[in-house]
Amino acid sequence: MATLLEVRDLTAGYGGGPPVLHGVSLAVEEGGVTALLGANGAGKTTTLRAVCGMIPATAGEIRFAGERIDGQPTEAIARRGIAHVPDGRGTFAELTVEENLRLGAITRRDRAAVAEDFERVFGLFPRLRERRRQQAGTLSGGEQQMLAIARALLLRPRLLLLDEPSFGLAPLMVQEIFRILAHVRAEAGVAVLLVEQNAALALDLADHACLLETGRVVLQGEAAALRRDAAVRRAYLGY
Amino acid sequence: MEGFAHQLVAGIATGGIYASVALALVMIYQATHHVNFAQGEMATFSTYLAWAAVQAGAPWWVALLGTALASFAIGVAIERVLMRPMRDAPVLAVVGVFIGLMLFFNSITGWIFGYTVKPFPSPFETSAPLLGGLVSGHELGSTAVTLAVLALVWAFFRHTSLGLAMRAAAFNPVSARLVGIRVGWMLALGWGLAAAIGAVAGVMVAPVVFLEPNMMLGVLLYAFAGALLGGIDNPAGAVAGGFLVGVIENLAGVYLVGTELKLTLALVIIVGVLLLRPSGLFGRPVVSRV
Amino acid sequence: MRGRPPVSAAQDRPAVAAAEPQAPAVVPRRRSRGISLALFLLGAAVLVAPAFLLSSFRLFQLTLAAGYAVAILGLNLVTGYNGQISLGHGAFYAVGAYATAILMAHFDWPFWATLPVAAVVSGTLGYAIGFPALRLGGLYLALTTFSLALAVPQLLKHKAVEEWTGGVQGLFIVKPDPPSFLPIEADQWLYLTTLAIAALLFLLARNLVRGRIGRAMMAVRDHPVAAEAVGMDLAAVKTRTFAASAVLTGLAGSLGAVAVEFVAPDSFTLMLSITLFVGMVVGGVASIGGAVFGGLFIVFVPNLAESISKAAPGAIYGVLLILLLFVLPGGAAGLWRRALERRWRRDGGG
Repeated sequence: MATLLEVRDLTAGYGGGPPVLHGVSLAVEEGGVTALLGANGAGKTTTLRAVCGMIPATAGEIRFAGERIDGQPTEAIARRGIAHVPDGRGTFAELTVEENLRLGAITRRDRAAVAEDFERVFGLFPRLRERRRQQAGTLSGGEQQMLAIARALLLRPRLLLLDEPSFGLAPLMVQEIFRILAHVRAEAGVAVLLVEQNAALALDLADHACLLETGRVVLQGEAAALRRDAAVRRAYLGY
Repeated sequence: MEGFAHQLVAGIATGGIYASVALALVMIYQATHHVNFAQGEMATFSTYLAWAAVQAGAPWWVALLGTALASFAIGVAIERVLMRPMRDAPVLAVVGVFIGLMLFFNSITGWIFGYTVKPFPSPFETSAPLLGGLVSGHELGSTAVTLAVLALVWAFFRHTSLGLAMRAAAFNPVSARLVGIRVGWMLALGWGLAAAIGAVAGVMVAPVVFLEPNMMLGVLLYAFAGALLGGIDNPAGAVAGGFLVGVIENLAGVYLVGTELKLTLALVIIVGVLLLRPSGLFGRPVVSRV
Repeated sequence: MRGRPPVSAAQDRPAVAAAEPQAPAVVPRRRSRGISLALFLLGAAVLVAPAFLLSSFRLFQLTLAAGYAVAILGLNLVTGYNGQISLGHGAFYAVGAYATAILMAHFDWPFWATLPVAAVVSGTLGYAIGFPALRLGGLYLALTTFSLALAVPQLLKHKAVEEWTGGVQGLFIVKPDPPSFLPIEADQWLYLTTLAIAALLFLLARNLVRGRIGRAMMAVRDHPVAAEAVGMDLAAVKTRTFAASAVLTGLAGSLGAVAVEFVAPDSFTLMLSITLFVGMVVGGVASIGGAVFGGLFIVFVPNLAESISKAAPGAIYGVLLILLLFVLPGGAAGLWRRALERRWRRDGGG
């Protein structure tokens, strides 16, 4: 399978301060799922932000479908088909659920396909259809997460970046979301780069996994292998 | 009673103008968290452009439309050329640039068109008594125009994709970028729109206060008062505040303080709002996140 | 709101920008004292000499510039050192000017006696205006002071106070006469006394800024959250700083009034507040020395602007202001600091 996202030797930091990432390299296959694991402060969110152009890369390369995207503005990267669901959800709290969803599709020209996608998304998240006229800020945490994912899907992205989708959610809600993610991955063939602290769930979904520690990749390989290796699990993933 | 009703109606007419300028101010404030102190002078300059067009023989409505478009372009240009580089500059520097803009527009208006007070024609003047003599032709026409502009703007923001994109860019620029919105251009459009609204407001007020380079200073002050009263982060509130302030100004001017202290009245309103209810009647409470 | 003074890219640490540079302590003490004394005497001579060398008109301009320097110093106190934007300091200037004029014209008070009154009145107004606005963000103070500046001429012309203020025509006053034992003219005496008063006020301001209160002001400006966390009453610091700055600018107004020998409402329009603002930016925000440069700038440059374009001096002013903010956000003081820094680095000091 072709490599969709390739990150090579990425060094990046915030606002001219010391780098948070030191030579990180990883890849996401076309239609595949790569899990990015690690403790707090390991640099997982920073990696996603660098891919999106939210912070500048001071060294290294980021390629999407073969073309370099490091140095491009975030909105240009989004238009190429990379949808980022940031930590904190990034929903437009003052706007309605429907407006939030419309924003996901706002740069698309293919009206008919957009309407289809709306139906699909409401099918996946029926609760959003119920609350479509409600102000997004009044939704519960789980519903906001669903809204954020739905909005990202409405971009019809080739790559989905998810930053800790399980954060702050009740276990049942988390199961639901991961079930939906598995479904989306199977149906739509969207590639996913998933940042998660819940390693077990992430490894269940992923093909490949990458473990970060203080800004460096310490372990990389097939998710299934990592899941099976008890020593690795206990040492690095805590279960 | 007749006098009161007339003052009320006149207040609504001027209120419409304050509401328009207040809307322009709040639009820019929401998107950039800065108040455009040059809004009044830009509007004055635009009004002079309209005057020049009329003097040159253009029909009034063509002049109005042309001026709105020209002001739109000027607004976009100012944002792209001046404001964009100042994006990360300290607040003081940005305020300084606004003041510089204000001085610039005020001065070149006087330079190009002269400082003598000029009458400005209104297409609404009619000798026929309207609504039983309650309102003048211009007052009615001006109210209709400002209400129409406000309605158009409202419809634009509520029901068009571009309007939605602009709102998103103002509320949450980071998330807006994540869905592919070119936030910089949305800001420029916002500036253009605000400039165009200001131009219409200027053309509506000029027949009443007569055309001279400083004519919008008082209007600007009342627009500030209206925006604060309604809630500076709430466009609908700012519009309501503008109308309210227009009515208060007229009634207080006749029954309380006389016409010489109108500007002081605006100051009193502003200080009063800040003392009693800083977030305005319809705004969200001012909370600073630690 | 970030209330940091505009600092050029070369110096991005606020600690450097805040205080005036201290000379490296490399020169032995006795020699340095001698040098300081010599510099002081030289400086005093340079300042006093114009009283005897220049024409009446030039002396008048310098007297005005000294007064404006004090006004800008006041504005600097609140904007530069405390991070609050005021667009209405002309109002305090007006209040001080009118306090002096009314007392001199209607009650025959001697000039120096009017100064404490002017200080009290402008300080009170400063406190009253600052109080509602300063509890909230800087935008609200900017709006409120802008409104104040617009409202002041109207208030001064109002019939109710016409008896005191002289309405539109204003009031005429006369410069104080020099004491009989000094063989100088009234305008020379005025220049010298203005200079003395200004020097005193500058010294007071300098001590304020370098002392505990100054540090409190700058803490509120740069790290309001931390300041609050250590128990500083932000609103109180801001309001008192604002009142102090109003006092300074009010006294400047008194000095100006007696130099011009005339006060009228239309001398104190919004343009005055803007002019003071421009002077502060040009001289350098958060700089005491910059206030002097600013004062000179606003007296001498409008004439320059007019000579460039008779018809649109304001436009030149505006363009100048914008260019300055883009190219030299630190003002003249910023340029001076950068030059000094380069010298230190070369000498290996600092």
